[in-house]
Amino acid sequence: MSPEEELQSNVSVASSTRNIVGVLKEHNYLGLSDCSSVGSSNLSGLADDDKATISLKATELTLGLPGSQSPARDTELNSLGPAKLDEKLFFPLLPSKDEICPSSQKNIASGNKRGFADTMDKVPVYTEKNWMFPEAVVATQSVIKKEVAQNIPKGKLSTTNNSSSPPAAKAQIVGWPPVRSYRKNTLATTCKNSDEVDGKPGSGPLFVKVSMDGAPYLRKVDLRSYTNYGELSAALEKMFTTFTLGQCGTSGATGKDVRNETKLKDLLNGKDYVLTYEDKDGDWMLVGDFSWEIFIGVCKKLKIMKGCDAIGLAAAPAPRAMEKSKMRA
Amino acid sequence: MNYFPDEVIEHVFDFVTSHKDRHSISLVCKSWFKIERYSRQNVFIGNCYAINPERLLRRFPCFKSLTLKGKPHFADFNLVPHGWGGFVQPWIEALARSRVGLEELRLKRMVVTDESLELLSRSFVNFKSLVLVSCEGFSTDGLASIASNCRHLQDLDLQENEIDDHRGQWLSCFPETYTSLVTLNFACLEGETNLVALERLVARSPNLRSLKLNRAVPLDALARLMACAPQIVDLGVGSYEDEQDSESCLKLQAAIRKCTSLRSLSGFLEAAPHCLSAFHPVCHNLTSLNLSYAAEIHGSHLIKLIEHCKKLQRIGDKGLEVVASTCKELQELRVFPTDLQGGGNTAVTEDGLVAISAGCPKLHSILYFCQQMTNAALITVAKNCPNFIRFRLCILEPHKPDHVTSQPLDEGFGAIVQACKNLKRLSVSGLLTDQVFLYIGMYATELEMLSIAFAGDTDKGMLYVLNGCKKMRKLEIRDSPFGDAALLADVNKYETMRSLWMSSCEVTLGGCKRLARKAPWLNVEIINENDNNRMEENGYEGRQKVDKLYLYRTVVGTRVDAPPFVWIL
Repeated sequence: MSPEEELQSNVSVASSTRNIVGVLKEHNYLGLSDCSSVGSSNLSGLADDDKATISLKATELTLGLPGSQSPARDTELNSLGPAKLDEKLFFPLLPSKDEICPSSQKNIASGNKRGFADTMDKVPVYTEKNWMFPEAVVATQSVIKKEVAQNIPKGKLSTTNNSSSPPAAKAQIVGWPPVRSYRKNTLATTCKNSDEVDGKPGSGPLFVKVSMDGAPYLRKVDLRSYTNYGELSAALEKMFTTFTLGQCGTSGATGKDVRNETKLKDLLNGKDYVLTYEDKDGDWMLVGDFSWEIFIGVCKKLKIMKGCDAIGLAAAPAPRAMEKSKMRA
Repeated sequence: MNYFPDEVIEHVFDFVTSHKDRHSISLVCKSWFKIERYSRQNVFIGNCYAINPERLLRRFPCFKSLTLKGKPHFADFNLVPHGWGGFVQPWIEALARSRVGLEELRLKRMVVTDESLELLSRSFVNFKSLVLVSCEGFSTDGLASIASNCRHLQDLDLQENEIDDHRGQWLSCFPETYTSLVTLNFACLEGETNLVALERLVARSPNLRSLKLNRAVPLDALARLMACAPQIVDLGVGSYEDEQDSESCLKLQAAIRKCTSLRSLSGFLEAAPHCLSAFHPVCHNLTSLNLSYAAEIHGSHLIKLIEHCKKLQRIGDKGLEVVASTCKELQELRVFPTDLQGGGNTAVTEDGLVAISAGCPKLHSILYFCQQMTNAALITVAKNCPNFIRFRLCILEPHKPDHVTSQPLDEGFGAIVQACKNLKRLSVSGLLTDQVFLYIGMYATELEMLSIAFAGDTDKGMLYVLNGCKKMRKLEIRDSPFGDAALLADVNKYETMRSLWMSSCEVTLGGCKRLARKAPWLNVEIINENDNNRMEENGYEGRQKVDKLYLYRTVVGTRVDAPPFVWIL
């Protein structure tokens, strides 16, 4: 459709739904008079404590979605096609939209996303909703809820580094809750100290950096999301598999016993890598000498080194020179 | 147009300090542009890749203070891989080559190396102030360079950085003749501290106002430090273990009593709670209390402490009703979760938030983590506190609805944006449909930063925001179903914004490429940690979903320091 035709239909829409546009103008949402304040004069009534006034005003203002007005308007609007109508009523002033509009409307109406038309058909009455009485919209809102559930992106649960977290706990989502890892770690350490006094195990996450010789970037893992060395090694394997030359199946390692240090070493040694860690004293040690619980208490950093570089580490602290060269690598 | 000589105009400009205002001044006419240029003292660069050092120096040859920000905000939550960028080295090199008399450098989320710090310390004779927030890449060796070489240093403020602590002697690198210290914050250092060097430093710093210690400074050392520095205004306590040595406690109490200027208290990284009573005598003067790292202080100790703090304006802690009833002057509050897995007995709920809003009418900034929320509570909060400038609510469980009505929280947040006309920053959470974004677009006219996670139904949501919020600067979205249609609807909008972050959304590679073609003045970055090559090989690459998209306006084109997993279209 050419821009002229679109414009004409826009005008006809505007005239037939004058009330809506008029109300919108008052509240200046469309920015038609280039004023940034949104319906400031009309909203002054909201300062009153009168609940009825608030709810009435709120009703007027929540007209946001066309077709959500009184039933009389529904027919007019629906006859013109909800998708296009919505675009024009709400975003008429975007100059660059003209070329994009048709395609974007198509996408919205018929793409794999739930189209706006679908929303409109199923949820006609937004005006009934007002600030004070949410239960009035239970019927309509429950429909929204169902559809929202379907639309939850799959990424929600799959974007996690800690894919081998214990099944009992909720699946860990990367970067959620949004607390800085610095704070998480600090609280975790502090909590651990106090919880030990109380006799409860520490429950906060414990992030440590994991680096690998030859890899372009570091990763971070939460040691508390694993319960044994096997899980840790499986997770690290997944994370760093892009950089290793050979593939080694992890099915043998996961789900085995707690003290699987040898399994871990075998796994990584098979690819000529060993897992080492820096402890609280700054010394680099081979992973696997201690029990898991002790290990997570002392581990500050992890490093996947080539087997040949790790010779001489064993259980003894590495000499400082070697440690420095590893860190600079 | 100008009836006054330039010097007079410049003098008038000296009174104008906000960046926005100075920017407005510079747009008035060529003459004012020139005068403003040469007189600009403080430069703020919100995105270090939006401009380069050469252009900065061409425009502002005489500045003294530079603020630089690097990584996007979501880097705080591990969403940006290590090595993404934000290196300060090229900036320091360029500034060192020029003649600029740098006195202050403030960096946030940047990569700083020891080499950078060394160069910084040697290049600027009058260097006075170094503030590093959430930075990484350096060690205590870098701090040693700063201490050794910056003769006129006043502020060394390290906030929440990741510093490689070599347990060196950086504190003893301050020369004996050095006496100008005003601010010293090394709370984020993990290793041991040379207590003797620290005490001598504090003893010879009569101007010291702010001191924030790390974990390794025990109680008796604290007592000695405070005895040396009774003029202190802002104190961060390190380790506050219960020493059986009662003499130390008495000394501490005596020292604290003398600190009549103390207004701000923080730290308590390792604290035995019953020792807090030593601070009660100064509580009535406190305007800022940050116990966000003091996980061990709860219950009655916290209550007693807060009850003494009548003048609190800023607080970060966990005891809310007490706060509500005591702290009438409270302006900023942050409530962090102690149990990050969710659940637990000491759950923070909507009741706490409502109590705070009712008791603290001056509250304008809040960051609130909680287990559950209701629309009714948010509506009440909006009525009680229409003055919010920052409202960040994080319900720990994604997609969680109003726990009483099972409705989405659209109405609650809608009430907030409608009532709070000055709202500049908003973070939403819980179950939310497109409706909430319609409200945000309609009412949040002053909104500059919006954080969205696990919210919305269709592209409409994002479109409402992009079209409605005229002052939007930073938009960050994760795990929400917004795709190419929303991204491409108004390309010019992004020129008015600093940046847009979208991760785990429905945006495709084809959409991003179209955007990059339409807007050459944008850097459109695709961050793809896994399967580096798949994006190119796949024949259906146009429809391939992009995991992380970060785009920002820039006048200097594509950056040259991007790592291999960042693809700039």
